[in-house]
Amino acid sequence: MLKLKYFGMIAEAIHKSEEDFLLVENLEKLTLQLESEYPKLKDLNYKFAVNQTLVATNITLKENDEIALLPPFAGG
Amino acid sequence: MNKQTGTNNPSSEGLREALSDNEKNRYSRHISLEMVGLSGQEKLKAAKVLVVGAGGLGCPILQYLTAAGVGTIGIIDFDTVDETNLQRQILFTVNDIGINKAITAEKRLSQLNPFVNFNVYTDKLTTQNALALFTDYDIIVDGTDNFSTRYLINDASIITNKPLVYGAIYKFEGQVTVFNHNNGPSYRCLFPEPPKAGSVPNCSDVGVIGVLPGLIGTQQANEVLKLILEIGTPLSGKLFTYNALDNSSLTLNVNRSEAEIAKVKSDDYGFETMDYDFFCGILKQENLKEISIESLKQWYEESKDFQVIDVRADWEQPRINKDNVVVIPLDELQEGINKISKTKDVVVVCQHGVRSRFAIEALEREYNFTNLIDLSEGAVNWK
Repeated sequence: MLKLKYFGMIAEAIHKSEEDFLLVENLEKLTLQLESEYPKLKDLNYKFAVNQTLVATNITLKENDEIALLPPFAGG
Repeated sequence: MNKQTGTNNPSSEGLREALSDNEKNRYSRHISLEMVGLSGQEKLKAAKVLVVGAGGLGCPILQYLTAAGVGTIGIIDFDTVDETNLQRQILFTVNDIGINKAITAEKRLSQLNPFVNFNVYTDKLTTQNALALFTDYDIIVDGTDNFSTRYLINDASIITNKPLVYGAIYKFEGQVTVFNHNNGPSYRCLFPEPPKAGSVPNCSDVGVIGVLPGLIGTQQANEVLKLILEIGTPLSGKLFTYNALDNSSLTLNVNRSEAEIAKVKSDDYGFETMDYDFFCGILKQENLKEISIESLKQWYEESKDFQVIDVRADWEQPRINKDNVVVIPLDELQEGINKISKTKDVVVVCQHGVRSRFAIEALEREYNFTNLIDLSEGAVNWK
């Protein structure tokens, strides 16, 4: 399983702040899975953090990885 | 306790400025701290910090930096105090409504600490004034409320090589980090591209719990003091996230992207001619139809047959009290879809023109509306 954590508008759009998700091979596949489960994600901007590090590339995932979906905030 | 370091000691740790006896007494609780001491307090006095935005984040940042004795503080804000600011912008009172925030903040802060030298700027921060302004300061603090200014501040900090203490908030959640410090990452290393315009609303459009900017702004002030005092571990390369509802926090590592930073530093980047509003998609959607308050009033005078959809909550003021107004708050749009005319001209209204644009985009995309017009300046100035 993967441990997913959602922030800000992402958590609002999918109505949860965390959940366990079946392990998929890499971030690209996870994105596709998430977008098919939660179509609203397609319109939202976010970055993945895998095990507390923000990643910009399509990295391979493994069992028990903690993945955060982090949107940018503008407010001040 | 190590208090013997005086002003005459040559130092590699940054500039210092001698304190008067009055100041030594005022800052005695700092000076008693081994990690601050007299030398640390002298560093604070010699420091120059620019705070961009004197709003929700800016108020606590300014208050603590002033109390702490940062010697020179720049305050830049073009906005005026509004009644709805008072729920969280703690430097202001009812008597300040309508007055510029930078001027008002300076008035309050100089009463708090007359030893601080304030520079007040009532202009908007632009690509034309940012570089010269940033050059005069050691540290830049971002307390703004929109993406285009945030990218502008980030890029100007890269170009002028200044550390940037960043904070941002959304409803009950906040983010804090330090950018451009000791070859650390920048905002662009975290988010290279801005989100789609209108997809991330700000506090004035979705609300914010009043204490949150206090918490996040205070953390920003703490990072500023750590940078000046060269103590502790600054949040460089680390993004601190906080949720006020469950007190959870998570610190994420952010890596520097040489490519993103090189892009901004390159000679042909053209910062001074860069259009950040355009970069952030704030310029009009290509086929978005818009109307001004003036033209909307004209329509009423002409008794034109049209409909107004107000996507605000029913308590938001000022209301447009006309018979053709239908209130459907943004989060109930789907349920209220049958109340929206598909044949007449429909003017979509919110407070500042962010939610209305969001609504139009969703209605056009999901329900194929073609008759929607945006009151892009919002209803806030409706009389």
